[in-house]
Amino acid sequence: MALKGNLRDFSTTQLLNLVNLARKTGTLTIKDSEVPSRLSFREGKLIFATADAAGHESGLLVSILQRTGKLSAERASAIRQGAGKLGDKQLGLMLINAGVVSQDDIMQSVRQHVLDITYGLFDRSEGLFRFDANILPPPECITVSIDLEGVIMDGSRRIKQHEQLEGELPSLDRALKFADRSNVRLRKLNLTEEEWRVISLVNPRNTIRQIGKANNLSDFQIRRIVYGLLQAGLVEMTWPEGIAPPRPRRGVPVGEPAAPPAPAVKRHVIVRLIDRIRRIQ
Amino acid sequence: MQTVKMVVTGPFSAGKTEFIRAVSEIDVVQTERKITSAAEQVKETTTVAMDFGRITVDEDLVLYLFGTPGQRRFDFMWEILSEGMLGYIVLVDSARPETFLEARRILETFSTYATTPYVVAANKQDHPDAWEPEDLRIALRVDSNVKLLPCVAKDKEYVKAVLLELLYRILDDIDKAEGQA
Repeated sequence: MALKGNLRDFSTTQLLNLVNLARKTGTLTIKDSEVPSRLSFREGKLIFATADAAGHESGLLVSILQRTGKLSAERASAIRQGAGKLGDKQLGLMLINAGVVSQDDIMQSVRQHVLDITYGLFDRSEGLFRFDANILPPPECITVSIDLEGVIMDGSRRIKQHEQLEGELPSLDRALKFADRSNVRLRKLNLTEEEWRVISLVNPRNTIRQIGKANNLSDFQIRRIVYGLLQAGLVEMTWPEGIAPPRPRRGVPVGEPAAPPAPAVKRHVIVRLIDRIRRIQ
Repeated sequence: MQTVKMVVTGPFSAGKTEFIRAVSEIDVVQTERKITSAAEQVKETTTVAMDFGRITVDEDLVLYLFGTPGQRRFDFMWEILSEGMLGYIVLVDSARPETFLEARRILETFSTYATTPYVVAANKQDHPDAWEPEDLRIALRVDSNVKLLPCVAKDKEYVKAVLLELLYRILDDIDKAEGQA
């Protein structure tokens, strides 16, 4: 089954959240111009990215090293001429052995290249996407392994439109709780002081609005932080403890009356309904 | 004669009318109108008030199925239709990501009916562009303890499976409540 749509309806942040939580392996292609961007993932981790017509073709390494300043233009040109059809892994090994760059230079540069392409996608509000499961870069490509939680948090920090956040997080009167294993994931993240202060108040007793107020954050600021934490799968929404969920009524402010209980139906009524539906021909 | 009701809700064009039609013993009472808005022209007509279907259990018990209107301007009907329901089904078009935000809004609104059991049905699973149910769970932020089932509303067996799952959930709640009493 395809996983496809338009960024207008399902944003880059949401796509990365999906890949992360579902621990997907495959390649996400986003096309909003002639040149598609491709992000590859293995078990929910970002491993490779390209943003050129050649896609996953090898031969990127020299360009990447040149862009990150590890190779001068002249040297890059000379290497390109001499490398012929060598794959990136072979070429990388050759450059390390020749003392041109270190292994660390290569890995850092590839990582930076992958992140640059990914962060560039956060600004896009339009573009067709498609996720192809189990399609990965060819073996000669140099891949990295980047946890998506940090990428998602970084991407969320770049959101500038209040409307987008309001659509995603319409009510500040909900509370937050930690998601499963969020303590393990939190340790690996590079969070800002503001984000840590918000996290310290995550508790089903506190509404998002209260957390924002306690930290002197505007509605936009608290929404942006909470949106990032939600998309990174660190927290989940819940109803504030001890408060019945509000029942929206036309013309009545949210938060007034609690919902009436479901009608008292006897067990045997449900059993008869089950039996009847099973017998529908 | 005892009558009980379930509500079928979901975004515009999720397949609510088709879902009810699949199992109703009467022709579904529809209040459909031709669509005039260009943005909503993925089908020719839409439900503007409600759909209504019936399943007779025996001479003492009847189940009514109510479908909510899909368009936002008829939101006020939700509360009226939801009054006294046994449970509800949130139907989502798995092949139209442009409706996911609306589906989340509906889930959020209906979840305020705190004690009412519900299931989510990932409809149009026979469509080549359908998202898998577990991907939809993440996209719609459906809690892991809420049943999210694959569905093809034009196929009676899928519809039966969704209704049964909701009834099992209701039964489970009754058993828990009786256990606590």
